[in-house]
Amino acid sequence: MTTWSCMNLQDSASPIMEQLIFFHDHTMMIITMILAMVLYFMASTIINELVDRYMLEGQTMELMWTIVPAVILLFITTPSLRLLYLMDEIHNPIMTIKTIGHQWYWSYEYSDFVNVEFDSYMTPYEGDNKSMFRLLETDNHVTLPMHSFIRIIVTAADVLHSWTIPSLGIKADATPGRLNQSSFMINRPGLLYGQCSEICGANHSFMPIVIESVSTENFIEWIKKLSE
Amino acid sequence: MPSLAVMASKKEVPQELSTAPFDPRFPNQNQTRYCWQSYVDYHRCRKLKGEDYAPCDYFRKCYESLCPFAWVEKWDTQREENRFPGKI
Ligand SMILES: [Cu+2]
Repeated sequence: MTTWSCMNLQDSASPIMEQLIFFHDHTMMIITMILAMVLYFMASTIINELVDRYMLEGQTMELMWTIVPAVILLFITTPSLRLLYLMDEIHNPIMTIKTIGHQWYWSYEYSDFVNVEFDSYMTPYEGDNKSMFRLLETDNHVTLPMHSFIRIIVTAADVLHSWTIPSLGIKADATPGRLNQSSFMINRPGLLYGQCSEICGANHSFMPIVIESVSTENFIEWIKKLSE
Repeated sequence: MPSLAVMASKKEVPQELSTAPFDPRFPNQNQTRYCWQSYVDYHRCRKLKGEDYAPCDYFRKCYESLCPFAWVEKWDTQREENRFPGKI
């Protein structure tokens, strides 16, 4: 259902997403101040009748409107670059998972300790079922341990796809013949939803991603049961 | 923050819980070459040092963690049929 929370970013489930939200808010604040200032200047130039027809240049003013925007831009680029490089980092991952985009489902492979692979298809929405999300649920969840660094390898088997989890701040293109790496750390338990983010064909909208974030013990239990 | 390895030792899971580490030769998002190089290195290592040489397993661990199963299967058949493009 559409609620007002859809206007915002999803609540973060990883430190990176937390920082991304802070960065978003910070940048929005700067944009709002610029907008307010520009609107004020525009209004005052329209309303003001005191015009100096002999003013041809204003060195101080020109200097200021060059330096001030440059400084403002610095306040945006610095945290932006910091985040960009933080997101690129893989901090000694404890495990690797692989996800492969297919037309039209995701398949997952765990191969660090036991070799497990499974497909993850969308669960169709039945009638007025209030305990599930329409077009977001899958039959097999990607179960992962929280509080540990996880590397994800994203690739595709047929066409371009994109593996995305908004609440983790992750989006990686799935390209056939190429392995893209990303990493994340989930800091709370729960279900995290995402969707394919690269137009990949007729059922592009129907290949969602569900991560089930659980404690490490439960994760080990789960993977043991799956490998039997 | 409990790491997977610590928790696992408590539960006595027989498998070793580790994954392919960061390799400074492949610092980018694109890890295709890491997977490929590990696969080639593993088989080259086994060819040079013999099938039972334990340190070769490091490369096996890396390519198993990184390569999709389908790729490994494809390369295995290529090696069996003597048409593997890499230098082993
Ligand atoms: Cu897709």
